[in-house]
Amino acid sequence: MPLELLRLSTAGSVDDGKSSLIGRLLYDSGGIYDDQLQAIGRASRNGALELAFVTDGLRAEREQGITIDVAYRYFSTKRRKFIIADTPGHEQYTRNMATGASTAQVSLVLMDARKGVLPQTIRHAFIAWLLGIRNFVVVVNKMDLVGFREDVFEGIRRQFESVQDRLDGAHFYFVPVVATDGDNVVQPSKRMDWFNGPSVLEYLETVPVAESANGRPFRMPVQHVIRAEDYRGYAGQIVSGSVAVGDEIEVFPSRRKVRVARIPSFQGDLMEAFAPMSVSLCLDDHVDVSRGDVLADTTNPPQSSRTFRARVVWMSEMPLAANRPYLLKHMSQIVCGEVTKIHSRLDLTNLSEQPAISLGLNDIGIVTLQTHRSLFCDPYQVDRKTGSFIFVDPITNLTVGAGMIEEVQEDRASRARTAIPDGVTVWLTGLSSAGKSTLSRAVYERLWARGHRVELLDGDEVRQHLSRGLSFSKEDRNENIKRIGFVAEMLARHGVIAIVSAISPYREVRDEVRARITNFLEVYVNAPIGTCEERDVKGLYRRARAGEIPGFTGIDDPYEPPLSPEVECRTDRETIAESAQKIVDAVEARLSESREDYLPDSPMTRL
Amino acid sequence: MLYSIGKDSSVMLRLAQKAFFPAKPPFPLLHIDTSYKFHEMIEFRDRIAAELGLQLIAHSAVKSLAEGASPFRLGTQKCCAALKTGALLEALKQGGFDAAIGGARRDEEKSRAKERVYSFRDNLGQWDPKSQRPELWNIYNGRINKGESIRVFPLSNWTELDVWEYIEAENIPIVPLYFARERPMLVRGDSLISPEHNPPMMPGEKPVNVVCRMRSLGCTYCTGAVRSTATTVADIISELRLIKKSERENRVIDHDQEGSMEQKKREGYF
Repeated sequence: MPLELLRLSTAGSVDDGKSSLIGRLLYDSGGIYDDQLQAIGRASRNGALELAFVTDGLRAEREQGITIDVAYRYFSTKRRKFIIADTPGHEQYTRNMATGASTAQVSLVLMDARKGVLPQTIRHAFIAWLLGIRNFVVVVNKMDLVGFREDVFEGIRRQFESVQDRLDGAHFYFVPVVATDGDNVVQPSKRMDWFNGPSVLEYLETVPVAESANGRPFRMPVQHVIRAEDYRGYAGQIVSGSVAVGDEIEVFPSRRKVRVARIPSFQGDLMEAFAPMSVSLCLDDHVDVSRGDVLADTTNPPQSSRTFRARVVWMSEMPLAANRPYLLKHMSQIVCGEVTKIHSRLDLTNLSEQPAISLGLNDIGIVTLQTHRSLFCDPYQVDRKTGSFIFVDPITNLTVGAGMIEEVQEDRASRARTAIPDGVTVWLTGLSSAGKSTLSRAVYERLWARGHRVELLDGDEVRQHLSRGLSFSKEDRNENIKRIGFVAEMLARHGVIAIVSAISPYREVRDEVRARITNFLEVYVNAPIGTCEERDVKGLYRRARAGEIPGFTGIDDPYEPPLSPEVECRTDRETIAESAQKIVDAVEARLSESREDYLPDSPMTRL
Repeated sequence: MLYSIGKDSSVMLRLAQKAFFPAKPPFPLLHIDTSYKFHEMIEFRDRIAAELGLQLIAHSAVKSLAEGASPFRLGTQKCCAALKTGALLEALKQGGFDAAIGGARRDEEKSRAKERVYSFRDNLGQWDPKSQRPELWNIYNGRINKGESIRVFPLSNWTELDVWEYIEAENIPIVPLYFARERPMLVRGDSLISPEHNPPMMPGEKPVNVVCRMRSLGCTYCTGAVRSTATTVADIISELRLIKKSERENRVIDHDQEGSMEQKKREGYF
């Protein structure tokens, strides 16, 4: 009977003695060989045996005295086999923490008894929890340096309660330890007789972690189609559930239902197979199945969509950008996809979600994603295998991020692409009295007359409703623009042409709105300031000159003209009709372009 | 698939047979033959390839050998660079292979503990331990540009004991050198060196018969034997459970320079 395997990830800062703890686990369980110990002795700086060197592998790290990547270590006892993913503690290495935790069932959270719960401790526990770990061993190390005092240990345990409240469904086991001497690591400590719980190793040997993948519905992504004479088998790993000869299963995306005819294997045919076996299945009907397809339970199929809300851990120096194409690898398929919206970034100092427009290296955020082909998945909380994916940069081929599906959303993407093509946002920017409102009404009438679905969003009008109470400070002006952008995007999604007229003086926020909208036409309504001041439709220039309106655009607040607008209308030289026609032409050109863009589920996107 | 004839390669071969059954593995086996291997290894290799009907490419660094490269003349470091790393990169290039599957395990050696399952190599075959692709869950990123390659290590998370237990469970054939019997050996302190391929002798030195076996297999000069009476896989497993020394302790090449395996891997060693 093979031993049960337990995978651990460790977390703790450089000075908490994490590597010493692992070294001690390996050493005391006989996992370090004599010649390796000798080699450690040779490599240590002052002749003293440094157990941490067992786990700190690479030379660059020895020079810096820190661990820099994920190192995997192996040991076994009579009861279990263990794989430890040792990940560094410093905060810039969130990516390594997440990597180590992605395959682990238990997390060892280490802290220094003198320092107690640090922000870093909380971060580590939270990342491990996000990646799906529900069993935590909280190792309170360096108890010798606090006189082995029970009250210090209990104080830390109480301090940790506030963290526990944030980690829904997690179980915590606290142990007081001296890693360098081995107290409570493998053997119970004689110096802390007030502690009666199992040692770290004993706990790890007995904690129940049996994954219940077998009780879940059947899922098998197809990795390879095996062809021999008169033979066709679909090979892959069963990621959850089980399957037996004669079972009816469903093929995704074709949604054909077929029966399992045979489960052939090197050792002879099987009658049944279950997770995590790698098998091949022969089906009783000739159906089109290829790599990337998913075979699944008919009564309990995976969710299928192109739109997801996902938790993302970003792992690249190049920030995650909305609307930039990435390759997503999900089970055995690679699809093109993009983030359509970044909802928030996690502030790891207080575990709060903050608004964000991009995610940088080691940031954790929540995003909405759209893929070009459907994914067949379950939420990560339900199934780590079918709910996880990675981001691959299509240019550099690097793995730049990791994603966990939180929610499969109503398939907005496919609806937009099949039934309702995206609309267009026409954004008229320019000085007060440059002619934006007049022009927008002229464009509206022309488009309406030509049968388009069209809506007007006038800056002055919006300020009386949606943005009532906002001032004309830079911050509030930007807020006003973002609100208009938000409404325009919603309208565009439903195929409406939204005509916005707003001074919108700041380039940065205009570009931010542009980044969120697929079909965005920036129209620079351009008239020299002298002309505008002469027109002074609302008498505002006069009041500004009189000092009654401080911060007036063009007078004492800057107007940043667009650098490359799709359309420019010189309202001092063109007639309204000429300007309006230019805009209408641009809108119709963009509409026909984007509707040509639409392609049905193309096999080209499957790699 | 890299095939070194050792126990890990034998396990890999079985895994490949099972994965593609009833078809044959859709890739050839590549053996880097330094010409300093045990003759039993070469016999075993040819027999297995013929029995399974697999395509076998045996590649040697012909040019370096013609120039007289040998562990005795160059020292083990330079010899490895020429006859193993050099030959491997040459063979991968000649075959136009953009992926090579190998049997290396992370528990073998410190620098391997950080190796990825899918290990990216640049267009010179070099490994950069500081810019590896993160590997989450069991999702592997095998995308490369032309000229670059991926080394794949499916046994990354196996230990030496796992390998032997699998060999026992699956009844996998292995080279008889793994089993103990009386063999002529040069006894140098704790080391047992095979006299095959005529290593330089100490004055008055003669091979003596020692009951021993090989714990890992490489070139004769660089593969020390261990004193052992284990004649079956079951014996080997119980021996391993008691043993206090790592499997590569007798490997000369791992120790010739502190951090030496990492250095070799940076250059393109498997």
